[in-house]
Amino acid sequence: MVTYIDAIREAQERLLREDDRVFLYGQDISSFGGAFKATKGLAEAFPNRVFDCPISEDAMVGLAVGAAIEGMRPIIEMQFADFSSIAFNQIVNQAATHFYRTGMPIPITIRLPSGGTPGSGPFHSQSMEGIYAQYPGLVVVTPATVSDAYHMLIDSVKLDDPVLYCEHKFLYRWLKSKAINGDHLPIGQARIARPGKHATVVTYSAMVHEAVRAADRLQADGYEIEVVDLRSVKPLDLDTVLASVARTGRLLALGEAFPWGGVTAEVVAKVTEEGFHLLDAPPQRLNARDTPVPYHPKLWAAHRPTPESICDALRKLLSF
Amino acid sequence: MLKARILENKLSSLYKAGKIVGGVYLGRGQEAISASLGTALIQGRDCFAPLIRDQAGRTAFGEPLIDCTRTYLGSVEGPMRGRDGNIHRGRPEMGMPAMISHLGAQVPLIAGMLFAKRLKGTLAGCVGATSVGDGATSTGAFHEGLNLAAVENLPMVVVVANNQFAYSTPNSRQFACVDLVERAKGYGIGGFSVDGTDLMACASVVGEAVRLAREGGGPQMVVAHLLRLGGHGEHDDGSYVPEAARSGHYGRDCIEVAMRQLVEGGFATADEILGWQDEMAEDVQKAVAQAQQEPVPDPYREDWTALSTRFPVSRT
Repeated sequence: MVTYIDAIREAQERLLREDDRVFLYGQDISSFGGAFKATKGLAEAFPNRVFDCPISEDAMVGLAVGAAIEGMRPIIEMQFADFSSIAFNQIVNQAATHFYRTGMPIPITIRLPSGGTPGSGPFHSQSMEGIYAQYPGLVVVTPATVSDAYHMLIDSVKLDDPVLYCEHKFLYRWLKSKAINGDHLPIGQARIARPGKHATVVTYSAMVHEAVRAADRLQADGYEIEVVDLRSVKPLDLDTVLASVARTGRLLALGEAFPWGGVTAEVVAKVTEEGFHLLDAPPQRLNARDTPVPYHPKLWAAHRPTPESICDALRKLLSF
Repeated sequence: MLKARILENKLSSLYKAGKIVGGVYLGRGQEAISASLGTALIQGRDCFAPLIRDQAGRTAFGEPLIDCTRTYLGSVEGPMRGRDGNIHRGRPEMGMPAMISHLGAQVPLIAGMLFAKRLKGTLAGCVGATSVGDGATSTGAFHEGLNLAAVENLPMVVVVANNQFAYSTPNSRQFACVDLVERAKGYGIGGFSVDGTDLMACASVVGEAVRLAREGGGPQMVVAHLLRLGGHGEHDDGSYVPEAARSGHYGRDCIEVAMRQLVEGGFATADEILGWQDEMAEDVQKAVAQAQQEPVPDPYREDWTALSTRFPVSRT
């Protein structure tokens, strides 16, 4: 069985093997193998390609941009997505503006171990995709499957633009697959994770699995819920979303990030703008609560959307 | 440095005549240290991330005057094509990245360029340099970048032009050490302190720092003591700079000092210097005239995309 974290490790192994321009830079990622073991064994297999660095997120991304100017394709591991706030300036001002300003693209990939896990608390649980997607000049991907974790990391490094690769920590070891699927969709194309006809849930990352669970429960009530996995939140595949809403007439945008603005708000805004005539009910959003992510597992489980709260939101949506 | 002063005087006139949109940020009083750095570097081999008061360093490093006038005047022919202005220009492919406004951010960037050269096997004999002011030394990026460069033992030179004011904030509200060069010891890197109004001293000290970095001595920090001879930008009269500072030692004009040094040292005569000035003024005039004739960007023809990857239009 291949886990989600195995896929991330294997993708990096392949990238290091096939492309001399790739190197890995991050905290504790060399002989220690990374806080989540995403780089286990890579320092030994690829000497002078995998580097431990000081606890300096700003400098890590600054270094990556400089290296990209010199033709390299660095992969930066943030130990937790939350810590990328320290690198925010280098990401949104240095990397993101570079191509527009100078005409030279910056092919860097920043891995963001994202999302909540029980007991992780306010500073090891955040979902930053909406914040980065707001800035021009960045690609933001949010793989939900083992296959996407693998292929989208490889595709991210091959893109000439800066990519925020949001990998969900909850999926690291929980999500398994018999093998890494050979065929894959390009970045920028969404996927129907579960077909249905009564309502559409548009989501991404770990929430894809929660949405599928909720959909399975509503099946007993005779509802067939379609789940769209965005795969990348920027670019956002509005075609696939609109086509699904055209089939179902109902939209729930679901995400694990904080509720003010963000990906779910963007999905609802875009669908309302371009597909208002397709809607039979007011589009709904379901996000985490508007507090920091709590530490205690009981609070945490109620802070993020759950199959129960997703079912509730869907029943409300179906009641119109 | 003389060419930079002449160019900047022209930019100031253009600004005051309303010909330049946005800010104009000049390096008056900092030409000696800036030119010393640009001169010690080798274009085509080294990399240099200038900051806002580095016209002299840019010119010495090899940036053509036209890059400056085109950027200030918004010509589409310039390196920034009207998408960014004034001192936010560069030619990263030629080893001179374009600065962002966030101070200290270029320190790790230059470290990254050098780190990449090491991985590619092309680092031998190279130096990377950047300039900051006293204000930037208070940022996290400056600290993170210098520390990282030291850990990686990169051939980097950071010139700190301590011009005593970060916009209007004096040194006393910026740092509490006696001389910023003390920080070098904390990073485990080389440190030099120099009178930034003295061209001969600057050339000698910066030359030595660059030589040490080039020969494998790791990062070097040069702190130049001087005074900004103007406001933060041309919109600012700098009236908060006390008279005592203006009339003190660092208030002297490094260009005048340099001219005296050249004449007294027998390097050039006063007439020769006047001749250079005339030639340079003509070069500056040509660069301004050419940029003024060129088209400015057309918003209807602008390619409004921030990514080089062309995703299908429906996916945004």
